[in-house]
Amino acid sequence: MTVLELFWAFFKIGLFTFGGGYAMLPLIRQEVLAHGWMTAEEIIDFIAISESTPGPLAVNMATAVGMNTAGIAGAACATLGVVLPSFLVILIVSRFYVRFRRSRLMEGAMTGLRPAVIGLIGAALLTTGKDVFFANGFVLTPALVVSICIFVITAILAFRKTHPILLIALSAVIGIGAGYAL
Amino acid sequence: MNTRMDLFLTFSRIGLFTFGGGYAMIPLIQREAVEHKHWISDEELLDVLAIAESTPGPIAINCATFIGRKVARFGGALCATLGVVLPSFVIIALLSFALQTFAQVRIVRYAFWGIRAGVLAMILKALWKMFKQCRKDWFAYSIMALALAASAFFGLSAVLIIAACAILGILYLQIGRAKP
Repeated sequence: MTVLELFWAFFKIGLFTFGGGYAMLPLIRQEVLAHGWMTAEEIIDFIAISESTPGPLAVNMATAVGMNTAGIAGAACATLGVVLPSFLVILIVSRFYVRFRRSRLMEGAMTGLRPAVIGLIGAALLTTGKDVFFANGFVLTPALVVSICIFVITAILAFRKTHPILLIALSAVIGIGAGYAL
Repeated sequence: MNTRMDLFLTFSRIGLFTFGGGYAMIPLIQREAVEHKHWISDEELLDVLAIAESTPGPIAINCATFIGRKVARFGGALCATLGVVLPSFVIIALLSFALQTFAQVRIVRYAFWGIRAGVLAMILKALWKMFKQCRKDWFAYSIMALALAASAFFGLSAVLIIAACAILGILYLQIGRAKP
């Protein structure tokens, strides 16, 4: 039952992501690749699409993976799965949220969780980088040089707070230009 | 207008006009839910964000559920959450149809080849932003290194790593407080 698997995988992703956005990336990568629902490249493509369309990254990714795997039913199940944990947790927690926030247990858990998420995103960056730059092994090709140039340029612009959509548009234009030139 | 309908429409608007999700959504929520509708106060919004930080799931969903519940109980939570999710669901569902159709077109292939390197840069930026906000002491650095190595080099499951690091954090605080 693919739709049930989609629901369960994204339920786990929703339940174990703290901080939202890119914190979800390591878990999405792991689940999606393990099930063979998308290739590593397709995941990166959908990150770009998620960044250039409205809405939370998590919902966009869940819908995209579900849609790709099992059509509209898959999209609905994956999205429901990723939303449900936070929906339920907030319903429960909002009744006694001040106590929840100040509890020592929660404070301790967050002390461990925040750096853990940073380490996990770092790992996702490394493995994603390997997929982007060295998909065909560690060889120096003109394509690799172009990829690295795009990365450096967009990284500089990103740190100067250029809007993500502009970054994506620029990378696409360079990609098209270099693709036809090479 | 019916309050639940109002919640649904307001949060669909928020969902429709936020690109990138998460923190990009906060100014909109502030304007709509605090200034226009007076559903919650500025202080409460800060509380919601603090809770969103320490509960699982996308921040947008956490905020919608919290505000919806406060205004109109369970039905309100349901309407607000549905509202914030629906626009991106519809847009992505349509786009993935288009992408499957055009994925093999040459110009699209080249564009996405370029975009992938750009996405890496955006992940790097997100990583740096989170790193800046994180506490920096030997414990935090060790956890970062541990989580990175466990995931990238040993292929351990992210769920396992997150759970283990939460427990380590609890132990660390307990031991730190036990000392004189």
